[in-house]
Amino acid sequence: MRTLTINDAQFQPASDQSLLLYFGQQITIGAHQRVRQLLRLLEQEPIAGVRNLNPAYCSILISFNALRLNHGTLQEILGSYLDRLDAMQIPEGRELQIPVCYGPEFAPDLNEVASLHGMTPDRVIELHASVTYVVYFLGFLPGFAYLGELPEALATPRLDSPRRSTPPGSVGIAGNQTGVYPFAAPGGWRLIGRTPIAMFRPDREAMSFLSIGDRVRFTPISAARFATMENA
Amino acid sequence: MSTIETQAPGLQTTVQDLGRNGFGPIGVSPSGAADPISLRLGNQLVANDENAAGLEMMLLGGTFVFPEGAILALTGSDFGAMLDDLRLEIGTSVEVRPGQALRLGPTSSGARCYLCVHGGIAVQPFLGSASTHILSGLGGLEGRALQKGDVLRIGSTTEPFRKRAIAPQAAEHLSRREVLRVTLGPQAGWFSESSLRSFYARTYRVGEQSNRMGLRLEGAAVTQRGARELITEGVSLGAIQVPAGGSPIILFVDQQTTGGYPKIANVISADLHRLGQLRPRDEIRFELVTFDAARSLLTKQETLLASRELILE
Repeated sequence: MRTLTINDAQFQPASDQSLLLYFGQQITIGAHQRVRQLLRLLEQEPIAGVRNLNPAYCSILISFNALRLNHGTLQEILGSYLDRLDAMQIPEGRELQIPVCYGPEFAPDLNEVASLHGMTPDRVIELHASVTYVVYFLGFLPGFAYLGELPEALATPRLDSPRRSTPPGSVGIAGNQTGVYPFAAPGGWRLIGRTPIAMFRPDREAMSFLSIGDRVRFTPISAARFATMENA
Repeated sequence: MSTIETQAPGLQTTVQDLGRNGFGPIGVSPSGAADPISLRLGNQLVANDENAAGLEMMLLGGTFVFPEGAILALTGSDFGAMLDDLRLEIGTSVEVRPGQALRLGPTSSGARCYLCVHGGIAVQPFLGSASTHILSGLGGLEGRALQKGDVLRIGSTTEPFRKRAIAPQAAEHLSRREVLRVTLGPQAGWFSESSLRSFYARTYRVGEQSNRMGLRLEGAAVTQRGARELITEGVSLGAIQVPAGGSPIILFVDQQTTGGYPKIANVISADLHRLGQLRPRDEIRFELVTFDAARSLLTKQETLLASRELILE
């Protein structure tokens, strides 16, 4: 099994019905832009036989009907898409705010994160809310946005043993990423707060609160404000 | 409109069709029947579209009453079904009279049994599919497994009853196999030679914690050479990922859409339905095949499923 390169993309079969396409092996804004350009082109001009697309940091997993396509044919078609990528315009991401209560009842790992980095919990909060994050992609669960990058001083390894369940709305950090759990789910990210905003709303036209390419800031709110917003 | 009353829900009974594809960009996994071939056959037996929604039961079936009657078929594993006082065989269609009760018990073979009714189970579709995704609480009946007292609606029926049965050669093709065929995973090269050898030589046991999201395997640990970290990427159905502890996990129908663990192998499309019939403590082995071989096995399987001799009337 060889990795094939066309333009700036590398191909790797993932299964008999899927192909991984990488734009390098690094998390960069450049690779993210390429992912967005190709995703948009594939959504505007779908390839017959392609069933699903899973964008990530610097890759897209393309799943296909193996009775209609094979890796070679799909790679050839994708080659012509890649030739047109430079001209592909992608919309500017929206600027969004996510209110977060960093209070102790919502932040089971805040103290440990603080002590791991030798700083106060308040400093962790200040740092987490100090930067604008990019939505690199949605994955894992419906509406779960991979946000990057954390201020370097906050980069934190995952929990040694993942929680069996993480309450919906929990704001977690892992490595240099941060994200919000849309549903109660098992997870190994360290939890430092919770938002009252529903991250996935199946009754809305745009089900996911966040979209790929959005820019996001976290705004600290009080427990009282959290309660008001949650019941609104 | 005809209905189904749930008198006992069974261990985990969910509404499933063939799933929803195309929503990876918002993190929604396909879901759908764990053993899609059994669902498709069940739908053929009751003259439905292959994608019609049925009930998927796991390990222990439920008790259902049909106040207006129904045409139904059971496929997949044998859960010892009784229609009132009569044994109901797997793989044949039957006409149920108004008020009759269907009782299913524990499995005597694989993990899942499907109940298909003519007209299909009618629920509000979510993203074009009736399938239930339990973790997110989306799709199916209120996004959850059935509970006692639930009343399901049956879709409109168009055809009179005809007795149909699955041909023996199809049943044979679908019989249980302990060897799952796989192709190389995208990070197969990350694992040590000895780990790769033992992965294909040793037997793995399906762990108790397995579910529709993933099958956790117990057995020889698989180790990476070096400590490379994978950048989170899309994961395909049937991917066999290996977390740091070395115990492989096969990603299944309700899978996460992306993940950060390296994948040593991937179950071939033609064997994915077999995953849906694995029970905790079942023993399995893996056999490596080429992508071409995987494709021709799938083509063969689809030819069988499309053949006129498959369903006997």
